[in-house]
Amino acid sequence: MRSQLLQLSKVFQTFTEKQFSSSVSKFQLPDLPYDYGELEPYISAEIMRLHHQKHHQTYVNNLNVALEKIHKAEEAGNVGDMIALQKMLKFNGGGHVNHSILWHNLAPVNKGGGTRPDGAFLKAVEKEFGSLDALISSLSATAIGVEGSGWGWLGLDPNTKKLKLEQCQNQDPLSTKNLIPLLGVDVWEHSYYLQYKNDRASYVKNVWNVVNWKDVANRYEKAVA
Amino acid sequence: MSKFALPALPYDYSALEPHIDTMTMNVHHKGHHQTYVNNLNGAIQGEHGGQFKGLSIENIQRNAAKAPDAIKAAVRNNGGGHYNHSLFWTLMAPTGSANSAPHGELKQALEAEFGSVDEFKNKFNAAAAGRFGSGWAWLCMDRSGKMFICSTPNQDNPLMEGISEHNGIPILGLDVWEHAYYLKYQNRRPEYIAAWWNVVNWDKVVENYSRAKQQNTPVFDVPLA
Repeated sequence: MRSQLLQLSKVFQTFTEKQFSSSVSKFQLPDLPYDYGELEPYISAEIMRLHHQKHHQTYVNNLNVALEKIHKAEEAGNVGDMIALQKMLKFNGGGHVNHSILWHNLAPVNKGGGTRPDGAFLKAVEKEFGSLDALISSLSATAIGVEGSGWGWLGLDPNTKKLKLEQCQNQDPLSTKNLIPLLGVDVWEHSYYLQYKNDRASYVKNVWNVVNWKDVANRYEKAVA
Repeated sequence: MSKFALPALPYDYSALEPHIDTMTMNVHHKGHHQTYVNNLNGAIQGEHGGQFKGLSIENIQRNAAKAPDAIKAAVRNNGGGHYNHSLFWTLMAPTGSANSAPHGELKQALEAEFGSVDEFKNKFNAAAAGRFGSGWAWLCMDRSGKMFICSTPNQDNPLMEGISEHNGIPILGLDVWEHAYYLKYQNRRPEYIAAWWNVVNWDKVVENYSRAKQQNTPVFDVPLA
């Protein structure tokens, strides 16, 4: 009898929560558009698996926890707590945003990885950097030069419509620099350590073989439209 | 002209197995630490080195905020890296070769400040696990003789006045950059932190504590070339 009452009260609680609390977004780990081994030999299957299933999954999980906590704080009228939770949101939300872009920025060689772009995006690159190779050289230096954990980015300034290179620390999304992300180079050590150890420069050099320029060009075209 | 050189490890590369693996010790010492030494020399022996040329490694930390703009980042990151790692190697020893627990006045001080040695470890673990991105966790003593736990980003340390928000003399430190643990522990940083306690050289930590009480910094090898 008691256990039936407990079960009933649990159902009632869930029902009322769904009815009366505004729902909090629950983000999910996006699928990789290719198998873990398909970026070899440039990025190992082991790295891709850990990077996706462990690191990105953890950002997603903690993003959801952060959002739940912020929601509860807001319901309680606790603005101080909401503000204190912004760090957790930035770390994990940023991690989710950045990696969701990254998986599409890369592609296996037989699915466009490394194939050089053409069209409006290439014209814009040539205008801003002189050539695609000059962009590759500059973005490589930008990414390699990040101190500690972070990313090198090719972004678009939505006001001037100009291409720009930037560094971001930790998982700070490029939006914090008021740019639209087009192509990210992840230089957190977890992105390369198992294969390249401390040789970040070699990893960055090799990554260009699997950069999906079509995806980058698509993002550019959306951003300038 | 005297330049900094890489200090030798006080033990074999395999001495901290199975807690810290041989390959990590190799790459960490001969790869990462060597690079900090090279880059620090490059910065302070170059044309912008100025007064930093002749400074002790401790004073480089204390004055890092005042380095000339042209070398400021290099001094902070590589001066910090050289200091932190030179200290770090001395804080570890093969299991059984040094005291495996805090003793004497340090033990009393930890109990007085944190309630118990276990509580101190819990707080230290939280600081180490909670440092987002690259950085270090520290047990320090402030100017008033009070012990505290903190973490710093990248290669910052609590000696860096005007850079680190927490200032004090380091007594114990733990590297939580991914390169310190990724080969063996991958994303499982808490597992690395738990294992590391097995190789902490408490005799050295006790010595650092005694010196800190006199407002003296830890002693470790700082070889010059």
